[in-house]
Amino acid sequence: MRALEGDFRNPSGCAISAVISRSGERMSGEKIIESMKPMHERSNGLGGGFAGYGIYPEYKELFALHLFFTDKAVRHECETYLRGELELVKSEVIPTRTIPAITDEPLIWRYFVTPLRSVLSSMQVDENEYIARVVMHINTSIKGAYVFSSGKNMGVFKAVGFPEDVGEFYRLEEYGAYSWTAHGRYPTNTPGWWGGAHPFALLDWTVVHNGEISSYDANRRTIEMYGYTCTLQTDTEVITYIADYLLRKQGLTLEETASVIAAPFWSTIEARPEAERKQLTYLRTVFPSLLITGPFSIILGFHGGLMALNDRLKLRSMVTAEKGDRVYIASEEAAIRAMEPDAENFYAPAGGEPVIVRVREGCC
Amino acid sequence: MPGIDYFYPEFEVVRRDERCIRCRVCERQCANEVHRYDPERDMLISDEAKCVNCQRCVSLCPTRALKIVRSDCRLRENANWDGDTIREVYKQAASGGVLLSSMGNPKPLPVYWDKLLINASQVTNPSIDPLREPMETKVFLGKKPDRMTRDAGGKLVTDLTPQLELSMPVMFSAMSYGSISYNAHASLARAATEMGVCYNTGEGGLHEDFYKYGPNTIVQVASGRFGVHEDYLEAGAAIEIKMGQGAKPGIGGHLPGAKVGPDVSRTRMIPEGSDAISPAPHHDIYSIEDLRQLVWSLKEATGHRKPVIVKVAAVHNIAAIASGIARSGADIIAIDGFRGGTGAAPTRIRDHVGIPIELALASVDQRLRDEGIRNNVSLVVGGSIRSSADVVKAVALGADACYIATAAVLALGCHLCRTCQSGRCNWGIATQRPDLTKRLNPDIGSQRLVNLLTAWKREIMELMGGMGINSIEALRGNRLMLRGVGLNETELRILGISHAGE
Amino acid sequence: MKRVYVNEEWCLGCHLCEFNCAFANSGESDMVKALKGKPIRPRIRVEGDDRITYAVSCRHCLDPLCIRSCISGALHKEDGVVCIDREKCVGCLTCVLVCPYGAVQPGPDGAAMKCELCLKNACGEPACAAGCPNRAIVYEEREEGQA
Repeated sequence: MRALEGDFRNPSGCAISAVISRSGERMSGEKIIESMKPMHERSNGLGGGFAGYGIYPEYKELFALHLFFTDKAVRHECETYLRGELELVKSEVIPTRTIPAITDEPLIWRYFVTPLRSVLSSMQVDENEYIARVVMHINTSIKGAYVFSSGKNMGVFKAVGFPEDVGEFYRLEEYGAYSWTAHGRYPTNTPGWWGGAHPFALLDWTVVHNGEISSYDANRRTIEMYGYTCTLQTDTEVITYIADYLLRKQGLTLEETASVIAAPFWSTIEARPEAERKQLTYLRTVFPSLLITGPFSIILGFHGGLMALNDRLKLRSMVTAEKGDRVYIASEEAAIRAMEPDAENFYAPAGGEPVIVRVREGCC
Repeated sequence: MPGIDYFYPEFEVVRRDERCIRCRVCERQCANEVHRYDPERDMLISDEAKCVNCQRCVSLCPTRALKIVRSDCRLRENANWDGDTIREVYKQAASGGVLLSSMGNPKPLPVYWDKLLINASQVTNPSIDPLREPMETKVFLGKKPDRMTRDAGGKLVTDLTPQLELSMPVMFSAMSYGSISYNAHASLARAATEMGVCYNTGEGGLHEDFYKYGPNTIVQVASGRFGVHEDYLEAGAAIEIKMGQGAKPGIGGHLPGAKVGPDVSRTRMIPEGSDAISPAPHHDIYSIEDLRQLVWSLKEATGHRKPVIVKVAAVHNIAAIASGIARSGADIIAIDGFRGGTGAAPTRIRDHVGIPIELALASVDQRLRDEGIRNNVSLVVGGSIRSSADVVKAVALGADACYIATAAVLALGCHLCRTCQSGRCNWGIATQRPDLTKRLNPDIGSQRLVNLLTAWKREIMELMGGMGINSIEALRGNRLMLRGVGLNETELRILGISHAGE
Repeated sequence: MKRVYVNEEWCLGCHLCEFNCAFANSGESDMVKALKGKPIRPRIRVEGDDRITYAVSCRHCLDPLCIRSCISGALHKEDGVVCIDREKCVGCLTCVLVCPYGAVQPGPDGAAMKCELCLKNACGEPACAAGCPNRAIVYEEREEGQA
């Protein structure tokens, strides 16, 4: 049997792209799909995917779980497990379009769920932690089932294929999101299954990433201490867990999180004013093993915003631009021009400089 | 004792008379009195039975007239009863004594460092050139908090328990004043200060002249409590409780009275000429909860301003022991492997007790992670870290920093003759004889140590850059950067690495 | 001016400086050939007893008694270095007598002989300092008047 993603480490090159409306206006998936076309060369047809925020307004209080199943029997097994753990409000097949470019699809389902209050109070955990544990359980213990999206009012759509075909396959033009992120993958090895495509998601966090991080195993072995299990051996997976750990579990701000994972050099820290120097020194001292080295450009999606971040040496390309209330981020300017030919204020963020864009309060 | 104990000497002094200019440097420099000038014959003669092969004479002979070779007068070949084993039997038959040795275990047991290979970037991510890009080697040793706290205004509270800041993940490990000379200590202290790392007093106290190097000094508290007093504890950057030593796990130390001169006596706070005997255990620590009390006593005594290190020898159950120490309040665990050096140890203990540091480190790091307490402590490993490559491999296995001592004394001139216990160190290191200690000029010694660490730091940066890593934190515990070669499944499992080619 | 200084704290009494000096001034390129079987004539001498040893050579005094006492003008200063012109030396050896440090010796050919900091031989800098294994002999610039 051929090895599946997760059994081996699979270095990948990539294209990433994102758009967000600061006024919370919902955009169909067409433009973000367009953005991936000029970056076709940055993918090799072995993975593409999208994340949309604000796509399930009618179920916004519920967690939307997107799952791949290898067969019906696994789906039944998994649904039985879900029913025991959660209240299943709605379950349905994710609508897709049959196109020649996308083949070998697994069963693709989504479930709108909510944890049982009584269970939460008896386990003394909040709903996010509970859902995270359910996701970890399914992904590590139910063979043939894989949760690839688990946040509220958001969803990930991914497959083996070129990203523009993946977008067409999932009929993304039918969804409206206030922010979209997209990923085209150039893995060095065949991932073998769809779970290896990106974005990678946990709860509301999604990560699209371009690069190969050299700190991977230091990061993985550290984050696995905190209840995460890295099943895919991909950078994106471990970056997502780090983001979840620092933002949700440790309560750091996005800026603080950026200064952990792309920490300024000590020489830079020493030159900063005292209050800032103390905080940066503190964060580097406390979380040394969550520093990510090697090339990366990532776009972290979350409820109500996006954060773009480069590694501290800026070893991967990434540019941002604006037009009206929209902000665009992509590996290449061409991708942004494909979305908005008149985009302005093009800017290449420095290594380790986070670009954080939020939807205005009350707009999402 | 009746019996014939004569053995042909182990070494032969080969003197090429056609090169010998009778300068008599060999004669003047040999504390073992191997060389002697015979004026009647106008020639130098040797008593090879006294030669320990320290190569002092070889190194100083201006015409390269000398070499020391291993004698070929051997017993009949026997793979089971080798010459050394037989010789030791004879020695004990003659003396009835415990055999003593110095420095680390010389037996041909596996050196796992040499079976680990380091990764480098090719194509999928870039290597980094340390000459052009920043490359960071700074580490902080100490406990890291599990939870962030914020003040009323929402700002992070940035108070930390005391940390030991090092410019690179290498420190000089414990060697006491007494076991080594004043000048050796001066060299270590000055080099540590210049390099922004630490040296370690060992269990011999801190000479009054060296208090000024306090910020780069680790003061040790061992079972004999020699030289321990309030000012001593306050003087250091960190306090180390020595529970064990890799070269002699399970036993204490013995500094012969002959080495306890006025200065050593004052520093150790013991009478001049008295044997300094450290008991095998700390007699106030018979279990883990007792250790906890000493850790906290030392913290109380120093106002919780100093990180406390607990140093243990790598023994069979090291993972569980380390896990216990990590919960004892200690900030740093130092683990000393079975190849660690010593000024004197019973030969059988040095050669047969303890386990390799590579395996101990790998299992401790993993156990602490499995228990979720890896951030409670930093891990420092020693016991034959021989090069920058060993440092990189140790950090990749999970160490925060390394302790070096044998490499440091080599830099000071030691030629590993392994006779420190005699007190006649011709290189002025493991001796207290004034005519010998003056042979180590700390101006030279400290410079050589600084050179060594500078060279290692550069090499560490090169190796890190090759892996595409620009900060040592990202290397720590990064076992994907290692592959094993020629190791079996069990060894690979313990080391937590894949075989080369996988 | 750079001079040879001796720090007796680090002198091992190994006498290597004497042999290095004799070799440097021998004109030979091989030490064995230069020194084997011959009495050596170093311009530096290790003195002392069981407790302390130190090497003594010309201190290149600011106002050298040897120059003042030289009757033939053979001893003179070149850039601060006390030198001897052996062609001019008549071998009276008054310099040997007056030098308070015993740093001038009679040479093999009758003329006086002294340290000239190896500036005129193939060594180029003092061989005693270069070969000292413990940096007890150093060749360096110090404030005038400092020992």
